[in-house]
Amino acid sequence: MTTTEIAPPLPPVGLLPKAREKMGRRFAYGFLILSILPILVGYAWLIIATVSFRTEGLLPRNAEGGIGGFTLRNWDFVTDAAIWNAMFNSLLIALAMVIGVGIASTAGGYALSRMKFAGRKGFLSMTLVLHAFKAEMLLIAIFFVLRWLGDIPIIGNFIGFNSVGGVALVMIALELPLGIWLMKGFFDNLAWDMERAALIDGASRFRVWWQIMLPQVRPGLAALSLFTFIAGWNAYLVPFTFTIGTKVANMPVFLNQLISDTAPTNWNQVAAVGLFQMIPLLIFFIFTQELLLNIYAGGSKGS
Amino acid sequence: MRTFGLLEKGDISLTKPLDSDVPDVATGFRRPQRSALGRRFRATVTAYGFLGPAMALVLVFFIVPGILLLILSFTELSSANFNDPWSYIGFDNFSRLFTDRFFPKILRNTFFYVFTTLILFNLGLALLLALVTTNMPRRAGFFFRLVWLLPRLTPSVVYILMWRRIGQADPFGIYNQLFPEFLGASGGNLFLGGSPWTFVILTNGFIGASFGMIIFTSALESIPKDLLTAAKVDGASLWRIIRDIKIPLIKWPLLFISTYQTLSLLTSFEYILLLTDGGPGLFTTEVWALTAYKRAFASYAGNSQWAFGATWAIVLVTVALILAVGYVKMFKFNELIEEPRIENL
Repeated sequence: MTTTEIAPPLPPVGLLPKAREKMGRRFAYGFLILSILPILVGYAWLIIATVSFRTEGLLPRNAEGGIGGFTLRNWDFVTDAAIWNAMFNSLLIALAMVIGVGIASTAGGYALSRMKFAGRKGFLSMTLVLHAFKAEMLLIAIFFVLRWLGDIPIIGNFIGFNSVGGVALVMIALELPLGIWLMKGFFDNLAWDMERAALIDGASRFRVWWQIMLPQVRPGLAALSLFTFIAGWNAYLVPFTFTIGTKVANMPVFLNQLISDTAPTNWNQVAAVGLFQMIPLLIFFIFTQELLLNIYAGGSKGS
Repeated sequence: MRTFGLLEKGDISLTKPLDSDVPDVATGFRRPQRSALGRRFRATVTAYGFLGPAMALVLVFFIVPGILLLILSFTELSSANFNDPWSYIGFDNFSRLFTDRFFPKILRNTFFYVFTTLILFNLGLALLLALVTTNMPRRAGFFFRLVWLLPRLTPSVVYILMWRRIGQADPFGIYNQLFPEFLGASGGNLFLGGSPWTFVILTNGFIGASFGMIIFTSALESIPKDLLTAAKVDGASLWRIIRDIKIPLIKWPLLFISTYQTLSLLTSFEYILLLTDGGPGLFTTEVWALTAYKRAFASYAGNSQWAFGATWAIVLVTVALILAVGYVKMFKFNELIEEPRIENL
């Protein structure tokens, strides 16, 4: 042992390094927990409220004002047809978005990634700018576009103002710049040997896209689908702006009507409906964690 | 063939076209001649076939509304004269906008809202969260980032519902119950009473912080480890490592988040609409984007002033477009638009 030749460690100043590290770690965890506290408290209230007669702060209260009052009465709405209608509309919008955004962006993304044609650069730059540009301000004008679409005979009833199809169409269009951009990136990363071989053998571009390219971008398409499903499921502003009444309302709009139309608001029922609406999201949250963190880095909804 | 005048020098193919009119040696079969022009034309048609659905939607829901918004701002269309033909009134809407009694207040509100939220949350808290969560065991860091994703994942209506419940008056409000007589909690309604701005900024900031957090995290994780080890060996303090190594190395992500989030804060109003609707009182928390929306769809007298709303909107759209183009240029996203490697077949 030659330890004698090594300079002795400096005498500790203040806390020992170990202790200091431990304190730093405690401080870090404390900060993180404290910072997210409002959200945790919010969720805690949501869950407590759904099964209580009434709440004061985070405390459940019964009719006499004491602690308690456990009840499942807030969930009575599950027998109400209106909520299933809203649920159905939400699902329709979300699925239409998954399919619409999926098809339009895989087809468009493929063309932009692999083909050369007049106007390619122009369209790509436009997509890029539109992706950064937020479309909420266009809603005023889209209102008129939807009214005109509604005047088209026969199909107008399904894609015009105050229809679920119209809302879905607007939502699809607003997500497209992101979708195209994302899918183009996935296609860019694929090797082109197989594709080229198929083209030389005489396969059509469509067949190459469908049979060779699509299977390879499946993970990307899955991420995009999850993202658009959540966007469609949570959509509030577009459905709120372009629908009137409960028949075409989706879940968020229905819930907001429940909050503002009935006076006094039954907050516990509202909480139950809110939690009910979040069931699919919580399932995604539990089972697709890694994917979620990745897709939200894609830079979509930024506020 | 330069239909759009947009193709550049990389245009001419260097690889030998596959269906050239050279006879096949083995069979002597001569493929039908197709001129280069015809080939390019066919390829373009195919490409537009693929792009068709996307282009149609972009045209109908971005381009047409954009032009329409501009036209609307020069008319006096409102629900009072909805069935009349649109009448041109020149720049009246614009002069009305800039002389509006509440114009200075709305402008101030917008600046205050955008920059306070941006600096405190979308940048500040986001950076802090990224620094802290990358400095702890991977799984713990991942867990906290995941929890921070919850606000973004929650439907806006439910999310605002939680915040309303937190800020509600006694005896229902959670804040009032937890901290009575503290930090100005008077027992009243907080988001409509004492501190509406605090709540507007908190609700938006909690959504915004997670985006920056994710971007900064991946940037921080890609910093070479030996750089940090070397600094530690040299005895650099944690603060010095953060200030002199980490922050300079994530300069670009920081700039990216600043510009991107400035733009989205400027144009988004959904959470404010749900929480305070611009109140309490007159225009207390009303920002530019919300004003445009409310003038067009929910005016006080029950008269939807679409044209005037469009005027507010077109100003913001112009600002947003300039910012968006500038941001695409600044980050050299144009480099992503390089020519595809595969040649037309």
